[in-house]
Parts: sequence; structure tokens; C-alpha cells
Amino acid sequence: MLGRIHSIDTFSTLDGPGIRTVIFMQGCFLRCKYCHNPDTWSRESDHSRDYTSEALMHIITRGKPYFDATGGGITFSGGEPLLQHQFLKEIFILCREIGISTAFDSSLYVSTNIIDNLLSCTDLVLADIKQMDRAKSQELVGSGNELNLSNIELINQRRVPIWIRYVVVPGWTDDRKDVEAMARFIAPLTCIERVDLLPYHALGRHKWSMLGIKYDLKDLHPPSREQMMELKLLVEKHSSKQVVIHE
Amino acid sequence: MPAWAGFQPGPWVDNIDVRDFLQKNYRPYAGDSSFLSGPSDKTSRLWNKCQELLRAEYRKGGVLDVDARNPITITSHPPAYIDRELETIVGLQTDQPLKRAINVFGGLNTSIKACQAYGYEPDTQMIDFFRKYRPTHNDGVFAVYTPEMKMARRVGIITGLPDSYGRGRIIGDYRRVSLYGVDRLKAGKKSDLILMDKKMEPSSIQLREEVFCQIEALQKMKEMAEGYGFNISRPADNALEAVQWLYFAYLAAVKEQNGAAMSLGRIANFLDIYIERDIAQGLMGEIEAQELIDQLVIKLRLVRHLRSPEYNELFAGDPNWITESLGGMGTDGRHLVTRTSYRILNSLYNLGPAPEPNMTVLWSENLPDNFKYFCSDLSINTSTLQYENDDVMRRYYGDDYAIACCVSAMKLGQETQFFGARCNLAKLLLYAINGGRDEMTGEQVGVEIPVYEGSILEYDEVMSRLKIQLEWLCELYVNIMNVIHYMHDKYAYEASQFALHDSTIHHYMAFGIAGLSVAADSLSAIKYAQVKPLQDERGIITDFSIEGDFPKFGNDEPRVDRIAAALVEDFINHLKKHPTYKNAEHTLSILTITSNVMYGKHTGTTPDGRQSGQPLAPGANPLHGREEHGALAALNSVAQLDYRHARDGISFTFSTVPSALGVNREEQVSNLTGLLSGYFMQNAHHMNVNVLNLETLKEAMDHPEKYPDLTIRISGYAVHFIKLTREQQEEVIMRTFFKRM
Repeated sequence: MLGRIHSIDTFSTLDGPGIRTVIFMQGCFLRCKYCHNPDTWSRESDHSRDYTSEALMHIITRGKPYFDATGGGITFSGGEPLLQHQFLKEIFILCREIGISTAFDSSLYVSTNIIDNLLSCTDLVLADIKQMDRAKSQELVGSGNELNLSNIELINQRRVPIWIRYVVVPGWTDDRKDVEAMARFIAPLTCIERVDLLPYHALGRHKWSMLGIKYDLKDLHPPSREQMMELKLLVEKHSSKQVVIHE
Repeated sequence: MPAWAGFQPGPWVDNIDVRDFLQKNYRPYAGDSSFLSGPSDKTSRLWNKCQELLRAEYRKGGVLDVDARNPITITSHPPAYIDRELETIVGLQTDQPLKRAINVFGGLNTSIKACQAYGYEPDTQMIDFFRKYRPTHNDGVFAVYTPEMKMARRVGIITGLPDSYGRGRIIGDYRRVSLYGVDRLKAGKKSDLILMDKKMEPSSIQLREEVFCQIEALQKMKEMAEGYGFNISRPADNALEAVQWLYFAYLAAVKEQNGAAMSLGRIANFLDIYIERDIAQGLMGEIEAQELIDQLVIKLRLVRHLRSPEYNELFAGDPNWITESLGGMGTDGRHLVTRTSYRILNSLYNLGPAPEPNMTVLWSENLPDNFKYFCSDLSINTSTLQYENDDVMRRYYGDDYAIACCVSAMKLGQETQFFGARCNLAKLLLYAINGGRDEMTGEQVGVEIPVYEGSILEYDEVMSRLKIQLEWLCELYVNIMNVIHYMHDKYAYEASQFALHDSTIHHYMAFGIAGLSVAADSLSAIKYAQVKPLQDERGIITDFSIEGDFPKFGNDEPRVDRIAAALVEDFINHLKKHPTYKNAEHTLSILTITSNVMYGKHTGTTPDGRQSGQPLAPGANPLHGREEHGALAALNSVAQLDYRHARDGISFTFSTVPSALGVNREEQVSNLTGLLSGYFMQNAHHMNVNVLNLETLKEAMDHPEKYPDLTIRISGYAVHFIKLTREQQEEVIMRTFFKRM
């Protein structure tokens, strides 16, 4: 089977535990205003290329000594990796056969049986929560959040470990009410092992202009360290989960 | 206390055998660093004084003072101190700290130029004396060099040769002086003379003379120490004496020689035996133990040689490669980490980060986890460590070897090497295309064949042309090295260092290549893309038009990685065809120090698209910006280069930002440790680790005064960032920082 891949980073420590090879899949149907990889949106792009599962497995396998030494593995990211869920499944099964740990990082805005079908060979889900407020979600990412939240509940039911990723976008997702709602939502979900708070950053902005897309968040500044700390305490208080702030 | 009281005896008692002493007496330590102590009051006060001197040196343009009158030898300068009250360990090279001496035996002209570069006029009587009565190493070499050798040197196909300065890369087994005392070592050398072959042939005559010089050097070492009030003719009685004796032995070496690399060896576990004995007897506590080590390290940080500007261009930042090898495993399966391994590394916290001594961790999968984590944490904090694969090297060198310079392993006291700098492989490839004509100067340098005539570069044709030039270069290179080391032995013999070796030793002859990744990428472009050669008005091919994509070294792409590996293997095999001086064993390194910038400057546009004058990659690194799949892919490509064919070391520099290693310190330490494990498990040889913020480096360029201690690792050594030229600083920054955007 062929997978359409935007790029591969063989050394990431920020997309799951340990050293990980991250495969950025091409294509996404969300249009998050703060996206730092808008070049992964379209299903076809000059910069992406098709990989056979054999070719990708060759690259993945080469990381095994590093995965073994750190409890790492592979993470499919994107784009929305679940748009190519069959390819993911094939790779995950091959990885499982040789003892490589598997993860995907998804917005979970996809139909529930697609996810259910993958979970049997998934070791970790990095699950985005974009915004707890449905109307704000619609405005920020171009879609409501029902599917997102119900899919998280499903994964929890299936007993697959989850790390929540929440991007703190000033004026969009940093309202304490919304963050608290998120914390309360995840509190009872026992498979959620930790929450990563990611400060919004403007590093991907140049890609928007290169692609000729209008960037709505032009005047936005990244949240301060103090604000991130406050939100961390808030989430910890209402969820009792481990919370990690990214740089 | 009788010197050896409480030590477990063994063959070391009757023979000079430091390894046996170590094995019988060292105590492995697998615990953590919580026992360590901060600097003593004396150490702090002394180091403050030294830092003032170091700042003054920096402000004066890098040289504080020069003794331009009195050429340095072991006994040329009287005892001198920084502040006698504060110094636990004593001894300086000249009569003032940081004052540089002239070492004329390597080359008179180099010494004169070096003096003048810093505004000093060397003593005319001294110059006359050497001109009239005492040829130097440099005189000897240039008396013999053929025109072809001189040209190869001038155009930069082979450069950095130690033909006008000390060759270095010799490690005296300085521990011998502490364990046995000088008298015993002298007696050993005298009995070696008696037992030697009586047949007088050039080689045996030479050996007898060398051993005679060694005995004289030992005598001078003793006299030098006597000046400071110490009698090193007898073994050291306690830890203080063990450190002091060892330092005197080292001091003699850096007085006698200005070798490019004057490495220390592997002293931690040796000193640990003395320190732990003193601690057990209640003679000292942890603070005093750390004080001894810190004070030794202070002395090592003050070692200075007077260098010429040309030298600095090759080896920037005033390095001495006082390399100390730490850790590793014993052949009996016990690890070789002791508390003093920690104490030496702890000096980087107590005194702040610095390039010297060049801390080298001999990595093994079986090192205690505590030690691995301590080292990783130290790397993240200071970027001062390099790591080398003990599991690979131990097979060749046993468990009492050390690293000279950056990546050159040798058995202590039994082996040494003839250092041979490096040749420029990227340029050689251009010679292959241009029929031996130099693309910069237009001169005929290599084997004369017609300039490539086809409209597209064909891989097989280029390879067969490369083979012709390679054969020529390797023969020339071996012959140049034979001349240099014959003359170095004759005119600038390192008697005090060889006195601390066995009388019969194994020699390596260490050749080197620069520009491996550019050469491999160029051949890959020729093979997998379409490369059109473009001639200039001289009829020399100086540009290329490239159509199509091609695999590049650093992406874990076997198609190009195999090309690189084959180049290395071919090179050493061609070298091995040519006999060497003293029957030395040929070895090869892939290491550049900072010379990759200078080499690049003298190399025209290459078929991989690298523009004329652009730096080559350092060591075995992929060319900056060519890695498309992140760090592991780059590491895996480098790991494809086989140590068997590059026994003098394969240097790789990994630079990253702290946040790319993980979201908190605990994760960062764990991930860096895992990165090292994964890399070395594939039999890779060496890694420099830099964990830095790009913003810090940029700011340090503009405000050097704010970053006096900022240390970074470059191909095989550490250097103060602010002591690099702007060009070199830019090259460091341009080089890939593995940070995902």
C-alpha cells in the first residue's frame, strides 16, 4: 500500500515518550487558524511523496536501537493521519511484529469505526482537544467538537493510553472557563496519562504566506510562561492529571 | 607512609605495569554524584585570580605575554607560581602564568613569525645560534621535501602537516612517575639499553640514542621538580604527591614540546586509588580530594603554546587537546568508573565550563546508568563532553588505552602515533575531473591526464579517474609523512614523553581525510542525477549544472552511504601499499577540527552543488542542510562508516537545542542517553554533543564579553566560542541545529 507523506523526522522527543520517528502525513480537512503545518492540508502537494509500506518500514526499523533505549517508537502526525488509516494500520501491524511501539497524533474529527479499527494495534493516542466550547470550536477550526470528544471517550473505553494535547491560543483557547471545562471532561477518563499544553507560536506563519493563504492571527503573541503555568495549575486542579508544558 | 602500603601487589611491583596496578587496586563506583563537593575556598580564590588573567589575555588579543628570549626546555625556566599560598598543585611552563615561551626545535621561522604576530621581537642572538648551529625539524623537512611535496602542501590538497610545529598526539604515561618515581624509571631504561641488540644498524643505533635521550629527560624532570622543592626520584607517598608527581611529568612534556595535541591519558582511576587510600586513613576528606583535582585542572587550563596565525586558522581557539579519557569497561567485565571519574567531571561545575582538559567519555552499553545520566546531564549543561565507543575500541586496544587529541586511541605506554593531519578528498575529486589540474590555481598538481571531455559526468569514468589520482596522492602522502617524522625524531624528539613509554613501542601513522560527505554527495550526484561539467576560460571544469535529485549523505540512504564507506576503505587500502617510517601501522581519521572552513575556502565548486569557497562539513558530518529526515538518519549514515578502516577515528558533531531533547530535564537526560546508546550500539565511533540555544550563539557573536565561558564542541574538541573567528562562528551556526520548526 502507498502512503502520502509530507515529511519524516527521525528524531523527535516531543510526540510521545522517548525518541520517536514522526511521520507527517499529507492531507487534513480541518483549517485551524493557528496551524503551523498548513502545507500538509491539501491531499496532493509538490513537497509530499508516496512511500510504500516497505520503504517506510525500512526507515522506521533503523530507529529501533534508539526506541529500545528510550521507550520510544513511531508517531503518525500530519496533517490528519487518520485520513490514511488503512496505511497506518498496515504499518502499525508491521511495527508490532518487530516490537516497535506505535502512536498517532490526531484531531479525532473522523468517524468512530475508523478509530476503533486502529486501536487494536495502537499503543498510544495523542489526542487533540481544540476547544471545549462548540461554537468557538466551529470558529477556530472550522468544525464542532462532538466527534472529537466522543472519540476520546471511545479510546478510553478501549483502554488505550491517551495523552491530551491542548494548544493555548491567546484569545481563542486560553479562557479559564474553557480550560477548566477541558480538565473536568478528562478527569474521569482513566486512560488519559498526561496532558501536554502547547503554547501557540508563530513559527509556521511564513508557510501561510508562501501558500498564499490569509493568516487571521497576525497580531497574536505567544502566551507568557506565567500564563502557561497558571493554566497548568488549573488543569491539574480539576483533572488530577500530570500536565506538561511544551516550549 | 611507605609509598605502596596497603596496595594489592602483583606483577606491577617488579615490572613497569601501571595497568596491572590499576586492575589490582581500583574500586569501581556505580553510585550517583551526591557525594561530590563544591570547590574549596583556596580553589575558588585561586581560580578567581586565574580568571582575571584569562580575561586580560582575551582583551590583549589572545596572548598575554611572550618570553621571546629564552627557548623553552624542561629546565629552561625557574620555578614560578600564581599565588603560592593558594596553590595545592604547583608548576608553570614559564616564569609567569599564561606567558608563552618559544619552542624553537619545531621550526625557527614559525617561532619568529609567531612572536612577531603578537608584537614581540625574538632575541637576535638566539636566532643566530639556531641559524648557525642548530637546524630545526622544519629545516630538516624542507631540506628533503621534493618540489611535488611542496606544491601539494601549497595548493592545499594536503595541509596542516606538522612540519613546522610539534607533531603531538603522543601520550606519556604520566602515571608512571607517581607510581614508580623517576629513579626506578631511569633504572628500567638503563637495563633496556643493556638488553638491546648489539648489532649496530640504523634502526638499533637510533633506538639506543633515543633511550639515552629519554634517560636524560627523566633526569631533567627530576631537576625541574627539585626547583619546586619536591623529590620525584621516589614514588609518591600519598594522593597529593601522586597528583603533583603526575603533573610534573605532564609539565615536562608541555615545556619540552608544543605538539598540536598534548593529551593527558587516563588518570582518573589511577589517582582514585591514592585518594581513596588517603580518605580511608582519615588523611583527607571529600573537599580536599576535590581540591586536588580542581587544582590540577586549573593548571591544565593554563597550559599555553605560542602559535602562528596560520596555525590558528586550522585549529582555532588556542586548543591543546589535553584529553582525559574517562569510563569504559575492563576486559574482565568490571566497569572503569570511579569516584574520581566524577571528581574530574565535577571540575566543570566547580570551575565552570571550559574546553580543557578535553573530557572524553569512553562509552559502553555496560557503564553504570548513574554515570551515563551524570554525563548526559553535564553535556546538556555545558556542551563540553565528547563520547567515544569503548565497546568498539576495547577490541583493539584493551582496557588501558587513551585518546590522543580528539579520536586517536592508543595503548598507554605501549603505543604512539605519527600525526599526519589530513588531505582534501573533495579537492581530489576535482583533480580527477580536471586531470590533476588544480581548479583554483590552474597548476598541474596531480597525475596529468586530459580534462574530462564528455558532456555528462559518467560515474564509472569519474571513478577510474579518481583511482588514478588517489594512487598518486596516497603514495605522496605516505612519503611526506615519512620525511616529517624522520626529521621530527631527529631534531625535535619528545624525550620526556617517550621516557614514559616502554622502550619498544608500536607506532601508528595517522592519515586523515576532510570533505568526505562532499565527495560522497558529488559521486552520488554523478551516479543518480545528471551532472554537466562546465569549463572556464582556462579549460578547467569549475562549475556544474545538475539535473535531477540524488541521495545525500546524512539521510540513512544506503545508495550514498555505501559510496562514502567505500571511499574510506579505498583510501586506507591505497595508503597501506606504501611502507612507512619505523614500520608504523597505517591508520586513517575522518576529522577536521576547524580546518573544514579553511579547506572549503580553497576548494572549487563541487559536483554536488556546493559552491566554491563554501566550508566542507566538519569531520564525518553530513554537509549542513542536507539532512532531510532529522538527526537519527544523520547518525545512522555516519554509523555506516566502518571503524576498522578508520582506526584513527570518525568524528561526528551533534548539535541541538535543549527543547528538542524533551520537555523537561529528566526527559532530556534520558533521551540524550538513549541517543548515545542507540548510536554506539551500531558500532559508531565518536560523538561531540552540543546542547545550545541558537540565540545564545548569535548573541555571543555580538557581545563576546558576556560569554567568556561559552564552550562548544567542534569536530573532536571543545573550544571557547568567542575565540573562533567570525567566519568559523558563522559556520557553526549555519551547521544544522536539529530543531524542528
